[in-house]
Amino acid sequence: MESKISISNLDFFYGKAQALFDITLEIPERQIVAFIGPSGCGKSTFLRTLNRMNDTIPIASVTGTVMIDGEDIYKAGTDVVALRRKVGMVFQKSNPFPKSIFDNVAYGIRINGIHTSKADLAARVQKALADAALWDEVKDRLTTSAFGLSGGQQQRLCIARALAVQPEVILMDEPASALDPIATQKIEELVVELKREYTIVIVTHNMQQAARVSDKTAFFMLGKLIEYNPTQKMFTNPDEKLTEDYITGRFG
Amino acid sequence: MEHRIIDQQLNRLRDKILLLGGATEAAVNRAMQSLTNRDSDLAKRVLEEDKIINQMELEIDRMSIEILALQQPAAHDLRFVISVAKITPILERIADHASNIAEAALILNDEPQLKNYVDFPIMAQTAAEMLRAALDAFTAEDADISREVIKRDKEIDASYHRVFNELLEMMIDNPSATTSAAHLLFVAKHLERIGDYVKDICELNVYLREAAFIKHSSIQ
Repeated sequence: MESKISISNLDFFYGKAQALFDITLEIPERQIVAFIGPSGCGKSTFLRTLNRMNDTIPIASVTGTVMIDGEDIYKAGTDVVALRRKVGMVFQKSNPFPKSIFDNVAYGIRINGIHTSKADLAARVQKALADAALWDEVKDRLTTSAFGLSGGQQQRLCIARALAVQPEVILMDEPASALDPIATQKIEELVVELKREYTIVIVTHNMQQAARVSDKTAFFMLGKLIEYNPTQKMFTNPDEKLTEDYITGRFG
Repeated sequence: MEHRIIDQQLNRLRDKILLLGGATEAAVNRAMQSLTNRDSDLAKRVLEEDKIINQMELEIDRMSIEILALQQPAAHDLRFVISVAKITPILERIADHASNIAEAALILNDEPQLKNYVDFPIMAQTAAEMLRAALDAFTAEDADISREVIKRDKEIDASYHRVFNELLEMMIDNPSATTSAAHLLFVAKHLERIGDYVKDICELNVYLREAAFIKHSSIQ
């Protein structure tokens, strides 16, 4: 399996406080990798190093390398906007813009100037909504406000918005934690479906969710990568005692 | 964290399967005693108590399903529940073989004794020892002992072939003994099957400990 993202010896600091310690990890192309671990273990921080979202924190600093398709994304001169187009992100809380459903999805296409015509824009919006399994539910109300959608629909809209700019990697930070079981199931089915075209990294507190959707699972604790293995191995016979203790609920 | 909700349930499950194991062991021993000591009352007791064993199987099934559904165990917890769920019907089948031996004893005890049961007690003792060792190894999660027990199945197989040939000769030499000899042949077969089942339990013990499937290992 070819690596889409290669992380080597990554350290991360908030000022003087070190939050990630010497992380080395390969993320294979068109696979789903889940990051699990207790709150504060660094899994979200690590996720955000993969598209330099931590750049927005003034005191943050990174050492080590993150290579995507063989390019070091932290090297000087990296186009961070292009990077974030290539590595899209979906957050825990759905955050649609105060705009119509159509304009939410069209936003990224417009500011990046991806479309060639009005018809092309409409086609791209439709494809993104269809890929996010939302099209059938919203096709008759595209001009209405995104806030009229349910929580689950809003989250799928955010996924459509991420897909619209044709990313290659999608980072998801607890994408279903605020949703009911049915909406959660839809998101999970969608994530598995998206694997055909995208490389997906998902942070989740829900261990069963990691077990259900991911190909590989990484377990973090106190800023360190404890174990990284195929998900079925991780949940039936983990190598590390700490992993076993965590996934079987032996510590909080 | 010491007091997980699942721990209580896993402990109860462990208690139940150990009780079932003890009852199964007793059934095999009593069935053989009923035959060698020509004790029909004991044979009837084995048949009667098989109902309790069936009941225990149902209860363990129910508990295992409940833990899987409600606790969603992982890693060692998962392997434990799976092992218990797979060992339980094996124990129940061993107990069924004990019942079949007891049934044969009820018939044979009304007939004149064919021969001194020399090979049978040895065969039965090997089976009983293996079963006990397998259950102890399950409790201790000892994969090494389990692998040793698996090797002993050959002893039972060898005894079976000896008994088989002996009974066959008896039938040829003394046709009037054919019915009794046939019943004894079945008893020998039941003991041989018990040995196979004990082997299956030991393979699950290894899975519990090492997460390794050693069953059908030649095809892996």
